[in-house]
Amino acid sequence: MYVAVKGGERAIDNAHQWLAEERRGDPAVPELTIPQIREQMALAVNRVMAEGSLYDPDLAALAIKQARGDLIEAVFLIRAYRTTLPRLAGSRPVDTGAMAVDRRISATFKDLPGGQVLGPTFDYTHRLLDFALMAEGEAPVARELPPEAPAARVPHVTSFLNRDGLIETATPSDATPPDLTREPMELPADRALRLQALTRGDEGFVLSLAYSTQRGYGRTHAFVGELRIGTVAVEVEIPELGFAVEIGEIELTECETVNQFKGSRTEPPQFTRGYGLVMGQSERKAIAMSLVDRSLRWQELGEDFTGAPAQDEEFVLMHCDNIQATGFLEHIKLPHYVDFQAELELVRRLRAEAAAMREAAE
Amino acid sequence: MTDASPLARKSWMATLAKAPPARLAALFPDLPPHHVLRQPEIGAVMVRGRVGGTGAAFNLGEMTVTRASIRLATGEVGHAWVQGRDRAHALRAAAVDALMQTGAAADLAMRVLKPLAAEAEAARAARAAKAAATKVDFFTMVRGEDK
Repeated sequence: MYVAVKGGERAIDNAHQWLAEERRGDPAVPELTIPQIREQMALAVNRVMAEGSLYDPDLAALAIKQARGDLIEAVFLIRAYRTTLPRLAGSRPVDTGAMAVDRRISATFKDLPGGQVLGPTFDYTHRLLDFALMAEGEAPVARELPPEAPAARVPHVTSFLNRDGLIETATPSDATPPDLTREPMELPADRALRLQALTRGDEGFVLSLAYSTQRGYGRTHAFVGELRIGTVAVEVEIPELGFAVEIGEIELTECETVNQFKGSRTEPPQFTRGYGLVMGQSERKAIAMSLVDRSLRWQELGEDFTGAPAQDEEFVLMHCDNIQATGFLEHIKLPHYVDFQAELELVRRLRAEAAAMREAAE
Repeated sequence: MTDASPLARKSWMATLAKAPPARLAALFPDLPPHHVLRQPEIGAVMVRGRVGGTGAAFNLGEMTVTRASIRLATGEVGHAWVQGRDRAHALRAAAVDALMQTGAAADLAMRVLKPLAAEAEAARAARAAKAAATKVDFFTMVRGEDK
């Protein structure tokens, strides 16, 4: 028997009203503005843009405010908004070699051309709470030094290794990549599709997978060949003009790892690469992404499948999206009265049968 | 009507697209008489990257973008594609694009485009200077075996 039930409308309305009040918190405390969140919670904004897969700092800040700081809920809001936008075009692939870099470090070459530029990093801070931030003070000012030579291009570290044939090359191609927001993801996925899934994947999930490869569940032996953060121009072919125009600038974090070798009887051993590219300043995510990317390439590089989760394309790609995961996880809290009624009847019948059998045996 | 070279047009359209909307509004407050060919439309552009920085293209994620097209009373058509969701920004950028194809180009370049480009360059240089201040100078410690 199927029993449809209705109700709860007033309860839901009141719950949402209370939510609004709780979101505001103590009215004696000034309300947060969107520019405050955008400027002062920038890394949260970046994460919501990366996982929401939409670059718009104001919208991400609004989503964070609306979600009371629950970043996965904020990502959900951005994903939902995204679906309302018409897709006007696809950009030309961004040129990260022309990035205006805020930060660029290499763990493999001390003296890389252009030098090690630390940028606004948490590294080398002591991770002690800074109680001065509890008091309102004057805005801090960064020191400036004239750059040695304003370089138009900042060559990738891997290109130095490329020159000697010590590392695998990435062959350029402008073929339109597959898009998991347009066609359902099909496995096996090519590397372009895997990178799309990883860059919008949950930072925590991708981080843990990357960590698992370092601990021995599928080995990546990764060095950070280069990590860079900065802005790149986005260029779009304008159909009404017949040429490409820069329509804006976005901040990106790029990580290239240098990993152990591949070689064969005909090819001498060379380093292999893993790649991470994430919207905003998202260094942890970019490094993790490049490790997982490398790990998923085991087949292409002729390595053994050891059964490690980070090698398992289906495991990684089907579980890295926190909105899909949240949707399925949290739906079990919604009314399942009928399903549960069926379970209840089943367990009662099984118990009755078990009791009857016991009686018969006695 | 002056025939703008694609290179020059590319450059001013980029300057307009990347300008802070409030700055463009301050420098170019009033739109000339025009007819809107395409109402400002907010949409998304799928931003692509390259595998390994130089390889095959892949989809990185989208960004918001607003486009608009106008025709001046004198016939020139202006287009704009600008980052974000500011309709007025797109309309203004399209109007400047159209005017840049007229006799007003030199004046407009001086009054609007030049200051915008200079401010963008100043902002870029300031960030580059802050980055330069965080460049590491390595020095080698005296090693025991060197004695």
